[in-house]
Amino acid sequence: MPERYHVPVAPIAARFPRIGKYSIVDWREDCARCRNCVKNACVSGIWPLERAHDLDPLASLEPAFDCRACLSCVQNCTKGILALSVNPYYLTLGGRYWSRKMILTTWDQADTGRIPVSGAGYRGAFCGPGFDSMWTDMSEIVRPTRDGIHGREYISTSVDIGPKPLRVRFEANGGSESEEQIIELPLPLILDVPPWGRDGENLLAARTSAAGTLGTLNVARASQIDDADDLDHLAPLLEGEEVRSRGELLRRARFVEISDCDGVGELVGQAREANSRLVVAVRAPFSRDAGERLLQLHQAGVRVVHLCADELSREVETEEPRYMRDALREAHGRLVQEGIRDEMTIIVSGGIALPEHMAKAIICGADLVAVGAPLLVALGCQVCDEGDHDANCPVKIQQVEADYAAQRMVNLMGAWHSQLIEVLGAMGIREVRRLRGETGRAMFLEDLDREAFGDIGY
Amino acid sequence: MTSVIDPVLAPGVDRPNGPALIDVERVVQPAPDRYRNPIGRFKVRRSADCKGCAVCVEICPYGVHVKPDGYNRPLRPRDFLCIGPKCAETDHYCVEHCPNKALSVGPNPTADAIGDPRWTSDLLLATWRQAETGHVADVGDLEFRHGASGGGFDALRFRFPQVTALVSPDEVDTSLELNHRNDGRPKISIDLPFYGGGMSFGAVSIHVMVARARAAVAWNTFTCTGEGGYPERLQPYDHHVITQVATGLFGVREETIQRVRIVEFKYAQGAKPGLGGHLLGDKNTADVARMRQAVAGNALFSPFPFHSVYSVEDHKKHLDWIKEINARALMAVKVSTPTDVDMVAVGSYHAGAHIIHIDGSYGGTGAAPDIAKKNIAMPVEYAIPKVHRFLVEEGVRDEVVLIASGGIRTADDVLKAIALGADGAVIATSELVALGCIRCGNCESGRGCARGIATTDRELMQQVQIDWATQRLINLYSAWRERMVDVVARLGMRSVSELRGRHDCLRRVRWGEDDRDD
Repeated sequence: MPERYHVPVAPIAARFPRIGKYSIVDWREDCARCRNCVKNACVSGIWPLERAHDLDPLASLEPAFDCRACLSCVQNCTKGILALSVNPYYLTLGGRYWSRKMILTTWDQADTGRIPVSGAGYRGAFCGPGFDSMWTDMSEIVRPTRDGIHGREYISTSVDIGPKPLRVRFEANGGSESEEQIIELPLPLILDVPPWGRDGENLLAARTSAAGTLGTLNVARASQIDDADDLDHLAPLLEGEEVRSRGELLRRARFVEISDCDGVGELVGQAREANSRLVVAVRAPFSRDAGERLLQLHQAGVRVVHLCADELSREVETEEPRYMRDALREAHGRLVQEGIRDEMTIIVSGGIALPEHMAKAIICGADLVAVGAPLLVALGCQVCDEGDHDANCPVKIQQVEADYAAQRMVNLMGAWHSQLIEVLGAMGIREVRRLRGETGRAMFLEDLDREAFGDIGY
Repeated sequence: MTSVIDPVLAPGVDRPNGPALIDVERVVQPAPDRYRNPIGRFKVRRSADCKGCAVCVEICPYGVHVKPDGYNRPLRPRDFLCIGPKCAETDHYCVEHCPNKALSVGPNPTADAIGDPRWTSDLLLATWRQAETGHVADVGDLEFRHGASGGGFDALRFRFPQVTALVSPDEVDTSLELNHRNDGRPKISIDLPFYGGGMSFGAVSIHVMVARARAAVAWNTFTCTGEGGYPERLQPYDHHVITQVATGLFGVREETIQRVRIVEFKYAQGAKPGLGGHLLGDKNTADVARMRQAVAGNALFSPFPFHSVYSVEDHKKHLDWIKEINARALMAVKVSTPTDVDMVAVGSYHAGAHIIHIDGSYGGTGAAPDIAKKNIAMPVEYAIPKVHRFLVEEGVRDEVVLIASGGIRTADDVLKAIALGADGAVIATSELVALGCIRCGNCESGRGCARGIATTDRELMQQVQIDWATQRLINLYSAWRERMVDVVARLGMRSVSELRGRHDCLRRVRWGEDDRDD
């Protein structure tokens, strides 16, 4: 039996009581003190938590945040003194991109490492901007394999970072000449610097530790990395001059990113000279001319590019930015047209907030994604849209202990991995490498809408 | 003497291999909410200042205030009947008329806290109201026609002609013929253009299953066993039950195939397309395990897909097998909505299916991964025209019945699906809502459904009694039929089937724009 990739998820409680969607309002002055109070019959066991406080004042007073809103108590109370309401604190969560639902589901996954499951059908909007207006395919009969309960055990989620030679070249003595190194990751994601707030010591350590457990890489600014640090799962992000000054780092690293600038090709060359086994990526803004820039970088010898969209998953430095869903398809298409797509690795980041975004970004043409914001949310971040994140963080994210934080990140990524397998399994695709650019196995809103509703007028 | 299976058994006729068929009368009568405190949009409070003068009891035409004989003061207001502050425009506003200023009316926070874009609070309340009274007119101001998801059915409205030829509602035919092939198998006509979808024993309680079957008998339509086997208690209704054959083959036996008029093959389901089913160990009680011929307490997987089907030819082999076992049954094939759903449908037609049932991704009742419900396979609104058109192009549209499901919440949704190209629809969530489901989504956890619907817990399931549940479903169907008849008549048509594929009877609305009323 070949060794299988397995993410060691382990349930781990959040640091604060979960901010639930609901709260129960209880007008106690009308209470008739019934012996068979409806609270005792709570199927989810929420009210007994409150009763614990009634009996023992030292027990913590648990708000009914875990209420599952079955309304049994509200509708059965003899005096009708209970009501369900939306927790006002819940309404303060989230921002322009991160909805409350996304935050809650991310917290749940970080708690347990399990796939979110619920009954009674889908409950969101019909469609939305960007990735929310595409659907992935399924097959009625094709399966990754006929073995196992779902055949999922055999689905590979491995991807490669690095220059992939299109043909094997042999040396005179018959040995194959492998010019450059490829890094194989067991899942199509790397961990990235936080998109907001400071990349504090604990956060960085937690990400590196999580990357080690997951078998992937963590990107961090070179200025925060010591020359002596373990670089197995830590990928320095260098700016211009640092390529010259941090020679020791380059010699020891497996993977580095260099910020895009004029003459970045030379810098990449220098980095490779310092360490021939080093995989070097250029970190570039995902702007309107990203496709063009990819071709230029390819010309300059760059083989790995990390395109950074904004936190709303849109192009940057562009008026009327498009969503990554569309911009990425175009950029990927340019490389395919030029016949060089397989020579390059594209990493994308920005607005990759849910596991479906990872799958959809890959369908639109990325090889893998870089995950930033969800790692913060896993630690309890409430995605405050404005203000000074470091000074006003309501969950004191910089103080989270590194080992604890790492387990929550591992849980979240483990759940993402399982969900990616769900998507691949439904499509009957056996490895995520084959998902790249497979737009034929996806359905886009405009196409479906034109075909189905095109002849229906307003 | 050789025994011959009567091709069309009349209800009430004794059969050698089963109990007598039971008839259920189609009578619409009130079936009030089973909870002490029904939920309405508004909350009416009566303070301690009330002196019991009963002015409110006299003036309220909605029955909010009740003072039984011998009581000093009126009962707690039945505020779920209240029409809210707009009552101030009338001459019977209790708040104003109360001499002691003891009454107040305001929004009910509970009503605002339930619901979501697909099933809005209004839609839940309106469905409950229809199940209670059996009439669509009783929903008052509640938006009962569509949800607020911003697309699909929710962004479609009917385009009523300016001048309609007068069609009396009595003339409108809502029946649906389920066998369009001339293959010698029985013609089956149902009185409504929809039937109940598969919900297994184990997923829902036996009370819910029996009630659905009884309502199907009353309205001469069908309900489906789901993949969890055929409970004996459904046998008296098996004239109106569809046996589902799914990948797990739980409880599929020769007799369960032979006793029904329709057999449904489930290849995939919309809520978890391509993923198969999963009954958690907690819900696999002794009763469920016996039905499924499994071990109690173990999680049960319904694998995906049929491990004996690799092609349309294999699929035909499946159908032939069932056709051989039951010579009078119609074949239904349930599939999900992938990009090539049109090819799948035509393949099923050529394999010999009478009914092609496409299940879109936004519906479903059972527990499913959230990522699958939202992202995998296309919404059924887009799949219907695609399949309809392709069947027409292939010249086989009139030989097969196209049924849509997966997000059909209202009578309007059924009609919109038909106008988009389906013959009829399959419903399930709306039936559960009629029985008091609030869509909290915790069907899968622990003892199961707190409201006693999606559970096999013997204590919890007692909350839903069969007679009451039957009546709620009969009422819901009745209210839906009233709405369908109204819409179809206003479109100037005499039957629901005339509406099939009539895109010209629909118009789109842009979300957020001022919405003309239908």
